[in-house]
This record gives sequence, structure tokens and C-alpha cells, in this order.
Amino acid sequence: MSAPNFSDPSLLRGLTQRRFGRRDALKLSGLAASGAALAACGVQGKGTSTASAAPDAIAQYWNGKVKNGNMRFAGWPLYMDPKQPELKQFTQKTGITVKYQEVIQEMGPWFAKVQPQLSAGQSIGYDLMVITNSFQFTQFRDSGFLAPLDLAKLPNYTKNAADSYKKEAFDPGNQYSIPWASGMTGIAYDRSKTKRDITKLSDLWDPAFKGKIGMFSDIQELGNFGLLAVGADPGKSTADDWEKAAAKLKEQKPLVRKYYDQSYVEALGNGDVWITQAWSGDIFQKNLSDGSDFRFVIPEEGGTIWTDNMTIPVTAENPVDALMLMDFFYEVPIAASLANYINYVCPVPGAQAQMRTDAGKLTGEDKDAALAVANSKLVFPTAAEYSKLHYYVAFETISEQQKFQKTFEPIVLG
Amino acid sequence: MKNRVKRQLAPYLLVLPGGIWLLIFFAVPMITMLSLSLQEGDIVNGYRFTGHWQTYVDAISSYQTQIVRSLIYGAVATIILIALAFPVAYWIAFHGGKRKSTYLFLLLLPFFVSFVLRTISWGQILADEGPVVSPLRSIGLVGDSFHILGTSYAVIGGLVYNFLPFMVLPIYVALERIDPRVVEAARDLYANPAVTFRKVIFPLALPGVFAGVLMTFVPASSDYVNSAVLGSAGTTMIGQVIQAQYLVNSDYPTASALSFVLMAVLLIGVFLYARMLGTEDVMKVAAR
Amino acid sequence: MTTQTLDRPTQAPSLKPRRRITGAGFMHGYVWLIIAWLVLPIAVMIAFGFNDTPGRYNQEWVGFTFKWYGKLFELSNLTQALVTSILIAIVSSLLAGALGTGIGYALGRYRFRGAGSLNLIMFATISSPELIMGASLLTLFASLQVGLGAVTITIAHVMFSISFVATVVRARVMTLDRSVEEAAADLGATPWVTFWKITFPIILPAVFSGVLLAFALSIDDFIVTNFTAGTTETFPLFIWGATRVGIPPQVNVMGTLIFATGVLFAVVTNIRSRRTTKTD
Repeated sequence: MSAPNFSDPSLLRGLTQRRFGRRDALKLSGLAASGAALAACGVQGKGTSTASAAPDAIAQYWNGKVKNGNMRFAGWPLYMDPKQPELKQFTQKTGITVKYQEVIQEMGPWFAKVQPQLSAGQSIGYDLMVITNSFQFTQFRDSGFLAPLDLAKLPNYTKNAADSYKKEAFDPGNQYSIPWASGMTGIAYDRSKTKRDITKLSDLWDPAFKGKIGMFSDIQELGNFGLLAVGADPGKSTADDWEKAAAKLKEQKPLVRKYYDQSYVEALGNGDVWITQAWSGDIFQKNLSDGSDFRFVIPEEGGTIWTDNMTIPVTAENPVDALMLMDFFYEVPIAASLANYINYVCPVPGAQAQMRTDAGKLTGEDKDAALAVANSKLVFPTAAEYSKLHYYVAFETISEQQKFQKTFEPIVLG
Repeated sequence: MKNRVKRQLAPYLLVLPGGIWLLIFFAVPMITMLSLSLQEGDIVNGYRFTGHWQTYVDAISSYQTQIVRSLIYGAVATIILIALAFPVAYWIAFHGGKRKSTYLFLLLLPFFVSFVLRTISWGQILADEGPVVSPLRSIGLVGDSFHILGTSYAVIGGLVYNFLPFMVLPIYVALERIDPRVVEAARDLYANPAVTFRKVIFPLALPGVFAGVLMTFVPASSDYVNSAVLGSAGTTMIGQVIQAQYLVNSDYPTASALSFVLMAVLLIGVFLYARMLGTEDVMKVAAR
Repeated sequence: MTTQTLDRPTQAPSLKPRRRITGAGFMHGYVWLIIAWLVLPIAVMIAFGFNDTPGRYNQEWVGFTFKWYGKLFELSNLTQALVTSILIAIVSSLLAGALGTGIGYALGRYRFRGAGSLNLIMFATISSPELIMGASLLTLFASLQVGLGAVTITIAHVMFSISFVATVVRARVMTLDRSVEEAAADLGATPWVTFWKITFPIILPAVFSGVLLAFALSIDDFIVTNFTAGTTETFPLFIWGATRVGIPPQVNVMGTLIFATGVLFAVVTNIRSRRTTKTD
């Protein structure tokens, strides 16, 4: 629980200053508010003119920071074994206790939730958070909310991470983030209800499934599928493509049951939807935990791939401990253990061999299940799989991103 | 002399702490919200006041469907609520006998469970594979893709469910205040229960109905939980849009503008309604 | 919420119809039907707290078990959220109780300039949409660059509870028999002593119901809290978040226990207040 600090000068100023005289109050209550009074209360942003960290920023940030022996970790649901075996090992090894909370469920709400605290320079109560490479990543970075990472203190990452993760477009050179896991956005469906195999994006536009189709409420996820449906590559799309995609999605809207966040898993489970946009690992875990038999496909037209990243909020109270944990998840056995549970794409290639070895120690059904994960194309995609996957739309400017948002928002909210 | 000053000051001293609290955290926020609705910018670089009225124009043109839909849902729910609640309040007030407070207590039972949890529970009951729809489907009464959840019926049903006690209680209070002798006299005069009801009981219950409408129409029209849990892509209410503009898209100006539009519409609605019924009733309700 | 406030000391005598009103029996059945409808989702919630669901999704009935009651505090996030909710409810109901009693007492006892505006503001806070109150508070805190958390939630809860407490207290103060106070004054008691020895004990039950009402409003609040919480989680916020990924059965169990506690508490206070009114 984090509370705003009452000794914070800005709060005290706000509370104690005599802001309005009687006359002002009368004026305002009469709605004859003068522009000046209204203008007095603006919301300040935290934008920094330079997107990349200055060379000495790393040294400056980490100077004087020490290990405190405890830390708090903000994660997503379905992203760690609830028994937290990896964190227990970490505590055993380093003496640092970790409080893990599944508080993030969608990027937009998470940014909106922590923005006021971060811009007030207050701790958000977490030292480590996992955020997706959507435009909110850029918002976090450009607001100066992310601590610059000291790669020298991440030896396991340097050694074990797949090379492709070291040059991702949203954070080249890992200045602020290293991956937690990647995943694919594709289509999940209930074969017993659709009564046929689903292979194409156009199946999401099939009137036979009217009222039983689920789509994502995340604007980028939704926009991406609209773009793929009109034959555009999201990563290289233009404003014209967005308009076309939006028109295509509007056409689909009468068929759509709902625009979901992660609750689509439940909707699929209770039969509200038969076919839905989905994230790869969720379906795997749903089947594993509930014995259901849902299927997940990357449509022929392609799906998207995204990366969720570990970052340290700039106001973290225990950044050194957080950095140590980040590196710990790049130890091969730990990465293998995590991937084995969450079934998302593992950024450590060496983990596959480890998982096969681990599986060999088991017997019977456990062994089969463990091997299935180790050999899953959803956890370790092959080159053929990767070729079907597209990256997110990359925005050059904020106004471009706002335009994208305004194009697709009315579909979700309308 | 000193005592008199003290006595004159007493109410102000008593009112001051609470009054200041309400002023700072109720009245002032309305001003900051108004200010924000006229600002331009983005969440990263900040919003600056420019007196940009265009936000209102854009917001209304993008989301007028949702505003109108919310008012319709709210109005329909309120009308159903009056119809459902009046007989309940009437029976308890006139026939509840010694058990009156027990019946009222039973009507209040839902309040011991979180609003969110109750609504989710309805979602579970009305689910496509749930205990209501499944049997209907298995006996072939409805088609494969028939569903209740995700329709406007489910959303309005949820609103009615969640706000029912707020309609029953004020009507009950009004009915219970009726002097039984007045009703006796009316029976002697008209001898017909229906006429007695129409000419005596209902008019006397009207302030209760009015209070009930205030307590249900406003929150029902601005609700977003029911529509989010029980609705679908086609039942989005303005509350959901406002919520999402603040808490998903961090688009404060649009969200603030929509909030003001909603508030203005509701205030005008309440005002017109008050005029219709006569302002005295409003003041009575306000003073209660 | 408690029924105490509804249980008015002077109950109007129920009508004795000269003729049996046709359909009264039918209406009685109707009332029970409405009550059943109101209780149905609660029954479902309680039932699924006993569901032996194997996985993460508590959707289908599998079998009866008590195990979730044993594992009640196994989810630290949920426990933390509940504790946060209770703490905020305690602090905000006490604060609102103090501030609201001041306003309610003043409005019930004195005539003073500004009383009308105060009544209007109270009316506005009670009848304003929660959404607007929460959203506007967010704009205030954002404009002042105040981070969100338990303190801002508490501030918000106090704000919307004050008027309810004040309304309840005002009603009691208005019906006060002032001759008791005058008698005390005649016997030489100072106003201060009179207030604490005579007046306060009389209005205490109203203050108590006001505080209880504030507690109930606070612990169940979702909409305003959602706007002012930042990263802090309360019980309703936890439930809302959990809808995305399946609500753990522990939520049903806690819901059941809160329900049971509330009902028990209401019944006990109701019986006690009845007993005291009888002995008066």
C-alpha cells in the first residue's frame, strides 16, 4: 500500500494556499469562470526532450543505490506459477524477499493508474514491472518513468538471451528494458461449437458466428487484426491503411459479442464466445488447468508477436534488488522453469534443452506434459512460425499515435 | 456577551471542518475537471489550458449514441423499477404488520454483498452455458446462438436488480407516513379501493416516487459496471466511455468534456422533472 | 448497511381493512418473489464458494468442498486487498462520522447563514453520479500532482460519506426534546457539560448508524475508488481485476463471510436496539 506523502510540498501548497476568494468562488459557481482561474489548474506532463538516456544517466541513476533485501514486483495474471518457485529460489540464493502481485491486466489501464504517482515523483509501490512493447512503452519511456539499466550488472542476460531480443525496435540496446516473455496474438476457438477448423482471419468475420466472436479491446491489438485483414503489415502501415482497417472492423462490429481484455479466456470457457482473438500462452494454460480443449492458431494471413518487458520504474525504492531479479530470470534453469509453467515464448534459447532434460527426470503423464511444453512451437517458435508473425505499428510521433488511437477508439467504445 | 458570540460562532465552527472537506474535494474538483475539458495536449507532455471548445464538439459527435443509449437504459430501468417497487412498498407499508422491518431487512440483503460481486454473479447465472439458457437450448426452445448475456435486456435487468432497494425504500417511507385515518375517510367517501388508491394513496406516495427516481435514474444512467459485465459491444453506455477515456486512454480532456456533458444532461433532466412535479417536492426531498 | 435507521420508534399502525383487499395474498406472494430474485445471485455466490473447482476458473459446478474455507488466506493479494479495504473503511467512517456529526448537529440545532448552501452541497454529493465524483477527484489530484493511493481513497470516501452521516444526525437532532437540555442548564451545567453529558448520549445512536453507514459505503465502493486508487487494491478492485482471469473461489468465500458478518451484526444491533427501546 503506498500513500501520497503529506509532507510533499506540492500537496501542502495545494491544500493550504488560499486559492479562491469569495468573489472568485461566486464567479466560478456561476460558471462565469475566467480563463485564468481555469488555466491555473493544468495537468503537467513529464515529457523529456530526448528519448534516449544520456550516457552518464546510468551512472547518475545507480550512484549510491544499494541492495535492500526486499522488493516488490508488478506482474500479469497467468504469468507465473502461483506457488512462485522461481522467486523462492531467488530468495534462497540472494536473501532478497520478493512480493509478487498480478496487478497488470492491460497496458492502457496500467499506465493511467501509475501515471499520477510517477509524475508526482512518488513510488508506485513496485520496483519491477512487466510492460508490453505497445505505445504505452513509449509513453513510459518518454515521460522519463523508466530507470536506465546498467547492462554490466546483467551478465546472465548478456550471456543467455537470444540475439534478436537485444536489438528490438522499441528499445534498441536495452536501455530501459529486458524481455520477460514474448507471445503471439492469434485466434482461439472451441472446435465443438464452431464445428469446423479455423484457419483464416476471415473466420472472425463469418456471420455464422454472429454474437459469438470476441475481439480485443486493446486498441493496438484490435487495430493490428484489422490491418492484417485488409492485407497491410501493421509494422509498416500508414494512416490510409488505418482508415481501411477501421472500416473493416466497423463492418465486423455487429457480429462481435464484446471487446475483451484478458477476460476473453473466461468468455471462451463459459461459452459466451466460440472464436476470439487470443494470446498464445493463455489458451495453453486454460487447457492445462481446466482440462478444456480449446485450440489456438496463427491465422494464415499472419498474427502478431509482442514482447513483455521487465522495467524498473524510476521512483523504485529497491532498484538494485530489482536488477538482480531481472538477471536471475536469465539463468537457464530459471528461464526453463518459468517457460514450463507459463507457456509463452522464452527469450532464452538454451532453456529448451534444459526443459527436455528436466522432463526426462519425470515419468508418465507428467513427463508427457513437460515434453509437450518443451517441444511446443508456441514456446519455442520455429523460423516458419516467425515468418507468419508481424510486429506492432511503430509510431514516429505522438500525434501519429493519437491519430491511430482516435481511428480505432470509437470501434471499441462505440 | 462573550457567550453570545460563542453561541453565534458555534454552528460555523461545527460546520467548518466538514464544509471545507466538501468544498475542497467536491466543489473544487468540478472546477479542475472543467478546466481540463478545455485543455489540449497529451499525457506525456502535459495538458495546457487553451479554451479548446472543439473537444466538446468532437466528444459529442463521437459518442452521442452512447449518451442517448444511457439515458434510454436509465429511463427504462427507472420505469420498470417504479412498477416493480410500488407493490412491494405498498404491501409492506399497509400489510407488513409487525414484520415490516423484517421484510425491509430482506430487501436490503443484497447490500451485504459487494455491488461488483452481485453483478458478476448475474453474469454467471445468465451465461450462455449457464443454468438459465442451457436448459432452454437443450429442450430446443431456442437456437444455438441464443443468448441473454450481452443483450440490452441483461444490462437493464442488472440495473433494475442493483437499484431496486433504492426505489422501494423512499416509496415505503412515503406510504408509511400516510395517516391511516385519511385512507379510512377516503374509503368512506369512495368505497372503491381503486379510486382510493388513485385519488389518495398514489398522490401521497408521489414524493417517495420522486425521491426514488432521483436515487435510481441518475446512478443508473451513469453506471458502467452493469453494462461492462452483462453487456456486449452493442450496449456500451456513456459511463464506460468516460471510464475508459480516463483510465485506459489517459485522454483527460475528452473524458472531462464527456463528464460535463453527462452531468449537464442529467441535471437538465432532473430539473425538468422537478418542474413537472412542482418545485416544492424537490425542496422537500432535498431537505430530507 | 443496517436496518437500524429504518426502524423508527413510532411505527404507524397498520391499516385494518374493513374488507379484505382483493389480491393482498397475491401481493404477499409477489413480495416474496421479489425477495427471492434479490437473493438469487447471493445464493449463487455462496454456492460457488463450496465448489470443488480444479483450476483457475470457477465456472462449472464440480462438487461440494469446504477446502476454500481452509485456504481462505492463501492468496496474499486478496488478503492484502481485504485488509486495505477494512482499514480504509474504519478510518474514513470515523473521519466522516466526526465531520458529518458536526454538520448534522449544526444544521439540526442552529439557524445560520449558509445553511441553505450547505444543504444544497450535501444534496449534490448524495445525488451526484459516483462516476463524476471519482473522475473529478482524479482531475484534482492529477492537477495538484498528488499521487494516488490509500490516502486519496480515504479522502474520497470521507467526502461522499459526510453528507450521509450529517443527514442521519440532523434528523435525530431535529427531533430532540430540548427541555432536557434546558433542565440541565437550569441546574447550572455549562453548555459544554450539557452537550457531553446530555445531548451527545442522546444523539449517539444516530452517530453510530451514520458511522456504520459510512463504513458500509466505503467497504463496498468500487466506482470512486477505481478513480482514486492508483496502484492500491481494495476488495472490490481486486474482484474487478480478477474478472479478467477467473475469480478465485476465495473471493466467494470472503463474500460469504462478509455477508454473514453483516447480517449477523445487523440482526444483533437490531435486537439490542429493540430491547433498549422497550426498557426505556
